[in-house]
Amino acid sequence: MIRWLVGAIGLGVVATHALAADPVEIGIGYLGQAGVKSRLSLVEQPAGNDGIAGARLAIDDNNTTGKFLNQHFSLEELRIADGEDVAKAATALASHNGFVIADLPVEALLKAADALRDRGTVLLNAGSIDDRLREEDCRPNVIHVAPTRSMLADALAQYLVWKQWKRWILVVGSHETDKLYAAALRRAAARFGAKIVQERIFEDTGGARRTDSGVTLIQRQMPVFTQQAPAYDVLVAADESEVFASYLPYRTWDPRPVAGSAGLVPTSWDAAHDQWGAIQMQNRFIKLNSRRMTALDMQAWTAVRMIGEATSRTNSSQPKPVFDFLKGPDFSIAAFKGQRLTLRDWNLQLRQPILLVDGRMVVSVSPQEGFLHQVSELDTLGADRPETRCKLQ
Amino acid sequence: MWRRCLLSGLAVWLAAAPPASAFMAYVSNEKSNTVSVIDTDNWTVTKTIKVGQRPRGIEFTRNGKFVLVAVGDDDTIQVIDVATQRVVDSLPSGPDPELFIQDAAGKILYVANENDNTVTVIDLEKRARVGDIQVGVEPEGMAISPDGKILINTSETTNMAHFIDTATRQIVANVLVDARPRFAEFKRDGTELWVSSEIGGTVSVIDPAKRVVTGKITFSIPGLRREAIQPVGIGMTKDGKTAFIALGPANRIAVVDATSHAVTKYLLVGQRVWHMAFTPDEKYLLVTNGVSNDVSVIDVAAQKVIKTIQVGELPWGIAIAQP
Repeated sequence: MIRWLVGAIGLGVVATHALAADPVEIGIGYLGQAGVKSRLSLVEQPAGNDGIAGARLAIDDNNTTGKFLNQHFSLEELRIADGEDVAKAATALASHNGFVIADLPVEALLKAADALRDRGTVLLNAGSIDDRLREEDCRPNVIHVAPTRSMLADALAQYLVWKQWKRWILVVGSHETDKLYAAALRRAAARFGAKIVQERIFEDTGGARRTDSGVTLIQRQMPVFTQQAPAYDVLVAADESEVFASYLPYRTWDPRPVAGSAGLVPTSWDAAHDQWGAIQMQNRFIKLNSRRMTALDMQAWTAVRMIGEATSRTNSSQPKPVFDFLKGPDFSIAAFKGQRLTLRDWNLQLRQPILLVDGRMVVSVSPQEGFLHQVSELDTLGADRPETRCKLQ
Repeated sequence: MWRRCLLSGLAVWLAAAPPASAFMAYVSNEKSNTVSVIDTDNWTVTKTIKVGQRPRGIEFTRNGKFVLVAVGDDDTIQVIDVATQRVVDSLPSGPDPELFIQDAAGKILYVANENDNTVTVIDLEKRARVGDIQVGVEPEGMAISPDGKILINTSETTNMAHFIDTATRQIVANVLVDARPRFAEFKRDGTELWVSSEIGGTVSVIDPAKRVVTGKITFSIPGLRREAIQPVGIGMTKDGKTAFIALGPANRIAVVDATSHAVTKYLLVGQRVWHMAFTPDEKYLLVTNGVSNDVSVIDVAAQKVIKTIQVGELPWGIAIAQP
């Protein structure tokens, strides 16, 4: 920086006062929960820095750009334990950061949003896929970077319908989020012409996720659980709680593919995604964090980059002009998805293509060809303007 | 530079001598790891040269004896001998080289290294890396001002055109453009710098003296959604009057009046059109179609696509010179 400045002045280029002064500081808070959710598959067990690792990379990227604009970005992390006051934590973060990235469950996110509403702090939801936050419980100070459950379900349904796998068996877990995902999948089936020929519920009876004699038991349970099914093409599992879905592939009574929470999974990002320059992103991430990049990492990266993009375009570090730019017609962000991502102005949800992955490869990217839309084909995923229940005020 | 006319004196002579055509086009095939050689006399592929992993940026050396091709996944630039049509050497580029440009004398090569936010400076005679310039995130497009004093690099995630003084190798200005700038091209008279933004969907026209964006070229094609229009490669005629802009997945080349900056025509080519090169006589413009695995030939005067030539898988870059 110093060398560059000396060089620039030496060459007679007019160095503005802004450049000569200290860089403008832009603070971004990261509000998450303590601890990580356990997964059935050991290789999918999230790292302790899942999410924030992506935010850190974006801070680096923003600072590389920022050194040319005399802007400097910093990240402050705050984790709340169960039962801790989220409103208090959010307010503390917002006292020295104009922007807060949130990786919180629905109720906590709403509390944080309402606590920050009058401060003018912009909250970017990087973690929650709950449709409710963008619909009946939408908030005017929250931008949603994570896709919604219905976007994920629609992305999967479009592919299954394109593949002519239109007869689904839907297996639903017994927890609340599983039921919400099942509802999104039912809606997707109806929208795109698939038929759910039968539904089954997989009760969570508790117990350890990993046991020494586990596989033997699972190999007996899963075929039995899936037998006597009507004719179907694909088994779609709704198991966000990580109780059973990953046990289904190769164990169904009938030889059928599995999709949804296991098998072919819709997601915003995958470590195998390498199209549209994504390989550079994956390399940068691995170099910084010594592990592969998850969907949550990518959502946090995108959130921080959106702030960086808006601060560079507006040449401002203040939340209001930055937020206005993000909500305005000129905002778009490049995020290695092959097209620009923009915000739905009716609920501040980021439009985005959804990857369909099998754990090793990206199988396809939705929206699928032929699913048309009068505004943006990305709006074939999730709740569209005419159906929204969101009133931003 | 492959976009520029090599041996411009010869080109004048050739333009007068029939047959006017008979040049060799080298096309990098990103997926097949090959370079296809097209004879522009009969529009056929005469040779397919095996190169390293993921060949993209491709250019003739100034003396026309070698073709340089960036093989990104092998972290090097390979040198193809035009006489024997074989890879004979490689250059020490930084990691993941994609696009590069030579100075007017053909002595210094500037390479955009996508993976480590640098532009690498290579001495072509010594085959040695002589410097690095720190730029924005994911450097890509490269251009040199006609007077040779300013090197332009575009960075895809920083969304800037960096102006680099070639004497001091220091950044002297940064111009913000639309999202994912991929390619930069000067007008021959040095009055304008054009930068294409793939995700932003525009081409920024920059005043190189004032170093500000003075205008933006936008595109609109009936029946195509805005997101599908992704400008990448740019070609300008020597007289600076007409420009051709590849629009990626819009499968079209926009013909632009380079004075008024108005789009006058859209030419339908193959799928996912990337880059382009004129024949030295400027009669034809060849464009690479990434997804349909072919090259479209455009008659420049008639502004019509006259031919399609099958090449390797996922053709990306193209360079043309005399055989």
